[in-house]
Amino acid sequence: MPRDLSIKKVIVLGSGPIIIGQAAEFDYAGTQACRALHEEGVEVVLINSNPATIMTDKMIADRVYIEPLTTDTVKKVILQENPDSILPTLGGQNALNLAVELEESGFLDEHNVRMIGTTAETIRMAEDRQDFKDALERIGLPCATSTVVNSVRAAVEFAESIGYPVVVRPAFTLGGTGGGIAYDQTELQEICSHGLHVSRVGEALIERYIGGWKEIEYEVMRDANGCCISVCNMENLDPVGVHTGDSIVVAPTQTLADKEHQMLRSAAFAIIDELEITGGCNVQFALHPTSFEYAVIEVNPRVSRSSALASKATGYPIAKVAAKIALGYNLDEILNAITRKTYACFEPSIDYCVVKFPRWPFDKFVYATRKLGTQMKATGEVMGIGINFESALMKSIRSLEQNMTSMRIPEIMAYSDEQIAEFLKRVDDRRIFVIAEALRRGYSIDKINEITQIDIWFIDKIKSIVETEQLILNNFNTEALRRAKLLGFTDGDIAKLVGKGEEEIRSLRIENGIIPGFKMVDTCAAEFAAETPYYYSCYESENEVDPASDKKKVLVIGSGPIRIGQGIEFDYCSVHCVWALRDAGYETIIVNNNPETVSTDFDISDKLYFEPLTPEDVRNIVELEKPYGAVVQFGGQTAIKLCKALHEMGVPILGTSAENMDKAEDRELFDQILNQCAIPRAEGQTVYTCDEAIKAANEIGYPVLVRPSYVLGGQGMHIAFSDAEIDEYIGIINRIQQDHPILVDKYIMGQEVEVDAICDGTDILIPGIMEHIERAGVHSGDSISVYPAQTVNKAIQKKIVAHTRNLCLALDIKGMINIQFIVKDDEVYIIEANPRSSRTVPYISKITGIPIVDLATRCLFGEKITDLGYEYGLQPEKETIAIKMPVFSFEKLYGAEISLGPEMKSTGEVLGIAYSFEEALIKAFIGSGVRLPNTKKIAITVKDSDKSEVLNIAERFSKLGYTIYSTKGTADLLESKGVPAISVLKIEEGSPNLIDLILGAQLDLIINTPTKGFAHNRDGFLIRRNAVECSVPCLTSLDTATALISSLEKAEATTLSVIDIARI
Amino acid sequence: MNAYLILEDGKVYKGTAFGTEKEILCEVVFNTSMIGYPELLTDPSYAAQGVVMTYPIIGSYGLCDEDRESERPWLSAYIVRELNRIDSNFRRDIDLDSFLKQYGVVGIQGIDTRALTRHLREKGTMYGMITQGAEPNLASALEKISSYAEPPVVSIVSRNSKYVLGKGNNTKIALMDFGAKENIARSLVKRDCEVTVYPYNAKAEDIIADKPDGIMLSNGPGDPKACLAIVEEIKKLIASGIPIFGICLGHQLVALASGFDTYKLKYGHRGANHPVKDLKNGKVKITSQNHGYVVDEKTVSPELAEVSHINVNDGSVEGLRYKTGKLFTVQFHPEAAPGPLCTGYLFDEFMSMIEGGNA
Repeated sequence: MPRDLSIKKVIVLGSGPIIIGQAAEFDYAGTQACRALHEEGVEVVLINSNPATIMTDKMIADRVYIEPLTTDTVKKVILQENPDSILPTLGGQNALNLAVELEESGFLDEHNVRMIGTTAETIRMAEDRQDFKDALERIGLPCATSTVVNSVRAAVEFAESIGYPVVVRPAFTLGGTGGGIAYDQTELQEICSHGLHVSRVGEALIERYIGGWKEIEYEVMRDANGCCISVCNMENLDPVGVHTGDSIVVAPTQTLADKEHQMLRSAAFAIIDELEITGGCNVQFALHPTSFEYAVIEVNPRVSRSSALASKATGYPIAKVAAKIALGYNLDEILNAITRKTYACFEPSIDYCVVKFPRWPFDKFVYATRKLGTQMKATGEVMGIGINFESALMKSIRSLEQNMTSMRIPEIMAYSDEQIAEFLKRVDDRRIFVIAEALRRGYSIDKINEITQIDIWFIDKIKSIVETEQLILNNFNTEALRRAKLLGFTDGDIAKLVGKGEEEIRSLRIENGIIPGFKMVDTCAAEFAAETPYYYSCYESENEVDPASDKKKVLVIGSGPIRIGQGIEFDYCSVHCVWALRDAGYETIIVNNNPETVSTDFDISDKLYFEPLTPEDVRNIVELEKPYGAVVQFGGQTAIKLCKALHEMGVPILGTSAENMDKAEDRELFDQILNQCAIPRAEGQTVYTCDEAIKAANEIGYPVLVRPSYVLGGQGMHIAFSDAEIDEYIGIINRIQQDHPILVDKYIMGQEVEVDAICDGTDILIPGIMEHIERAGVHSGDSISVYPAQTVNKAIQKKIVAHTRNLCLALDIKGMINIQFIVKDDEVYIIEANPRSSRTVPYISKITGIPIVDLATRCLFGEKITDLGYEYGLQPEKETIAIKMPVFSFEKLYGAEISLGPEMKSTGEVLGIAYSFEEALIKAFIGSGVRLPNTKKIAITVKDSDKSEVLNIAERFSKLGYTIYSTKGTADLLESKGVPAISVLKIEEGSPNLIDLILGAQLDLIINTPTKGFAHNRDGFLIRRNAVECSVPCLTSLDTATALISSLEKAEATTLSVIDIARI
Repeated sequence: MNAYLILEDGKVYKGTAFGTEKEILCEVVFNTSMIGYPELLTDPSYAAQGVVMTYPIIGSYGLCDEDRESERPWLSAYIVRELNRIDSNFRRDIDLDSFLKQYGVVGIQGIDTRALTRHLREKGTMYGMITQGAEPNLASALEKISSYAEPPVVSIVSRNSKYVLGKGNNTKIALMDFGAKENIARSLVKRDCEVTVYPYNAKAEDIIADKPDGIMLSNGPGDPKACLAIVEEIKKLIASGIPIFGICLGHQLVALASGFDTYKLKYGHRGANHPVKDLKNGKVKITSQNHGYVVDEKTVSPELAEVSHINVNDGSVEGLRYKTGKLFTVQFHPEAAPGPLCTGYLFDEFMSMIEGGNA
């Protein structure tokens, strides 16, 4: 079918905030699809609550609604915009669910809105457990069967019907407690009766056990004409049992012969035919390692994390093609954008190996359990491309930016034999490194396979890396060097092994002609000539890149994997920088390694190098391309870290110089500048040891803020109230070797405000001042941020602008800077300054309409703000109020402490936009998932020092008709002040206590402020964890609670509007 | 040991030897399948060729006897980036290196196969030579290459006597073996056929005398125009009115028998990802392909036949449906092995054609 011309105006649903399990991949897919729709002349109406995305730019969509993703919002937008269609397959599960709800309610029909890209029936069939099972049965395919039981007898009956072993998963227990694997009836009776007992609802899921099977994924596409293709198949290194998002994944599959492959490929096609999918679909299989037996694990009838990976792994733009199929095209009518000769209707053939490695947040959550299972824990991922598995793996490891460049992890290499034996059995994020160490200690491949069930093919590849280490250690010569480079060792790794300097190894390498070349990702294994500027490095004979260009080339350093503290917003900035450079006539070169992002789409920059962001990897590109300059201020801390190395390579840093960037980071240099500019700051000292820190803290006076310098998102930052706490925190900070000193500052409790500013060398532009709802001490990324600032008076504003201007000029900023201040008693103190783009840039750009990244990019080349059509100084405030609300993923991280503090913990954010503060706040809370009221019961337990402050909050909740539960102390206090409260037992006092209330699904909200310190095993921690795992919102800052009650008080009287930010 | 691949245009690639070590001359072609090397190695259509794999890691799952498409490999040389040293698959019977050694096939690894493929793509398929040990003298190597003549490949790979598979099954099929992949016969037996396999030089009269319900013309190696004697027999088979289904070389030979022409593609179609459009219903299927020659569409007489399938990438002829008699042929491989199983339905169409339906 050619294009369906009746489709003229389409609503595209985004996926909302970044949370674990839903990262940048949907922005990538959504942006690509929106561009494809534009190409076809379709008007795009976008709805997404996430302001950090590229898809919510008015250059990507015609109408942009940054609104909570609720049916209410979508209905209002439909009424306001009169679209003819809605495309829900690009926004993850949320978007599918929304679309089905709207369809089922009849609203879509009523307003003549067609669902395109899929049908409600398809979504239902894929999502409903029974419907899906029936569909598979109709086409004769096996699925991993399961059933819910309420009795041991039912469990046994079911197990007999599907065969042992089975997995027992009790419902509503913490972290899967009470479950297990039963190999026979006796075991099942035992495990199940215990499981049903611990389950609050006396319910358990009985599931066929397929742990240890191979996990294989297919990314398939189908058009309305029934043509099916398989874009990519992938094999998980980790067998079934570890969530695919937490698995190391290789593309294409390595251990399947054609018969196994074709069996699964045909099954995937049978499924998408039966579900009548039109677009992209992900099908996950479990394949028995020693037979043809397999089971369908899951089907996702939409674009997904895996489809983003498959797109980047093959060069095949799945989201774009899916969008075109949604418009009516068939696969053979869509041109392959890479070859421009062939059509979208073919299967990519790749001639390299791709490894995806997850990026876990365990560096941020040191107390969270690192065990991997069916709950995904990674916040992001990286991809390595090589001509062999080893180099792809090594590239991915060093792309993680977790202080690892090889398979040699000192901590693991120091383990005793007993520890290695023990850790091999553990399925956690370090397993692959433990395997490497086990191989070093003489474990056989078969033995490791027996313990881990990881396929011998993968274990042998790790062995190949370990053997190469040995070769370098024992018999270092040119051939060993050649082999090491072929397998992806860095010069630094080799230097360490042979006890030489990195430069020495590099010279030796170059003398012997061991230099990398770059090869093209072209979807077709070189069968057709392609012009895709998408490259990866390898130590091979031929280099395919032609560096000749008649334009000046600018290198833009990307931001690497999504992690807490460095999210999608930096990809937004990088992409906008590229676009601004392109418009200014430069040739743009992106280096990045994150497969989920827009920046790594092959048609964003003039050239894309999919490479690790280490000095050596970047240097290879620099030496080939000889760029005119490099931009580091948009790629977060990842890019900033490369500043010095780029400078040493002789690449000019465009914008603020490396030296001046250093001044903002170096405590003493920064202090000098602050003195010079007369900008006050909290008193502080620089220390190296714990003793020095304690001394400093006592001199300054507690409480103090302790943190390492040169970090991201407040990592390792703590507020200490005592010597003992300093001792504990310094210990944690020093787990990672510190090249830089530790800072100890006086903790000032005041109003925190933040600005992003652009400086052109002459003067500054400040788009707006943002104010944080939570008092200083909560990381800015975890604070609710309000634009424009509501409590900052003109005099303070003036001071902020003056400080910003003075600091920018003193640091000779060219481009962006982000500064955080504390306002206390009419004085403005500086907290920190980051001479780069920040997390808040996308949202402030969108809400003020000022293209911040574009302007800043222009300033890098000496253009003046006034020449670009803008005035210097603080820009006039908009009438709209925008409130950025953090979103957390605590429920995914078992054991993580959720209370807010100076270290950032949120994974994403949503925006509430309205013409009144309260409405914006209500929207922001709704967008972040806090939807009240339900039971109208809340619990309040706060530390003693907060008791008087919480009184007002409790009273206001009580007035709104909420019942308040408290432990005796608080309850008595509330009662004594006339606020009715029900007293409940403390945990150690027995049942019924607060935890029983939480587990019994009786509470709407918990307000809990933690007693100081890491106090891990206290009641408070248990309460917070239980709340998180039972999806009860838990607020740990009274400021957040005050904001929430303020919004609830207005909720009933407020009608929520929807605002198109493209038109404000 | 070092090994060298020398191409007829003087380009030399250095690698490491595996499999059998001997000097060999062959036509060098590339294949883009990522999976399925055992089937490919034993596909007789690769007879006398040196096959370059574009996927860089080969041998990962060894070889399973049941995956063979004939009893042995027929290619002359196997050219890969990396011979994987461990083979992981529960069905594995032998490793790739030993397999090639057993049958005298030359292997060379450590080659920048992407660079080589790009070269072949630009310059077209070429003849080449592989040697081991010391660096070869280029001039003498080029001389040997230029005097290389392709052997009579069909006669080498065809079984030399008639035999029967699926004895007693319902439908009697005569399969002419020009180098048939075993999955063609298997696909027919699975559809309740008794398949009598005839050698390439079987006489049409003898086949017709056996009264088959249908005739299957197999795939096979080399230039169809090197098989003119077979073409003469095929003319008689067509004249007999017995339903005929031709695959690959079989497809080309029927075209020649009908007076159409074939020509050589610059670098062929070899892989498991080729989209083919069925012009009857507009449906596109991904197919397995292995051919260096193709039927020239311009020479297809519309009175005799119509193009039923085309290649979506380059528009070349992928299938012909003849207007005279019950006869259709395809260029690609519906028997797959290796490759997608999406076009197996063509065997069903053949069956219904035999039963009298309009396939």
